[in-house]
Amino acid sequence: MVEVRFFARLRESLGCTRLALELDEAITLGQLKARLAARGAPWQQALAQCAVLAAVNQEMADDSVLVQPGDEVALFPPATGG
Amino acid sequence: MNTSIRILDTALDPAALTETLLATGARDRGALVTFVGMVRDLIDDPVYALELEHYPGMTEKTLGDIVARVRSRWPLGDVLIAHRVGRLQPGDPIVFLGVTASHRIEAFNACQALMDYLKTEAPLWKKEVTPHGERWVEARDRDRVAAARWKTILEQQ
Repeated sequence: MVEVRFFARLRESLGCTRLALELDEAITLGQLKARLAARGAPWQQALAQCAVLAAVNQEMADDSVLVQPGDEVALFPPATGG
Repeated sequence: MNTSIRILDTALDPAALTETLLATGARDRGALVTFVGMVRDLIDDPVYALELEHYPGMTEKTLGDIVARVRSRWPLGDVLIAHRVGRLQPGDPIVFLGVTASHRIEAFNACQALMDYLKTEAPLWKKEVTPHGERWVEARDRDRVAAARWKTILEQQ
């Protein structure tokens, strides 16, 4: 199991704050995003945006990073604080 | 040499935060530089309110990493970062940065570098409430350029 969290515009467009994804063995973040995209058109569209950033266990991560069962994954747009 | 990072869901008081940096009793501090960011409401681009979202845990951790990076370049005294989340009105302070150092150059540079990194790296997101509805604020290229220029400066040890 891996917890995936969504923030800001992405959270609103998906209507999803967090979800638990079944995961028995490590996969790459890119593979995890592909599994999310397969949930349907809104997911595919939202995740296809080039401006979707990701963190694994609260560290910024690219698609090659391995996600292990028990990890926390987060997807969000570029920061606009300050 | 204290670092304090605060995410606040209630009013941010720049004067009180400044006072905490003045009242440490440390005698080797010759400079205190502060920055306060506020919610803007422009005549040709009205904003009724601003909503700020963050990633609890990662926001604090990222700000801590940014402070460590900046401390490795300049000798600093105390660093205090406070950032609002939740709903804000025009004129409300969003962010407070305070940096003390023995000398002003270090304090000015560190404060600006911290702010430029905060804008582009800390997981915080603004949504504006306008007369035409709500809209998420887009990340700006000029903020990325401002943050990128510190990379070379930080690498010149």
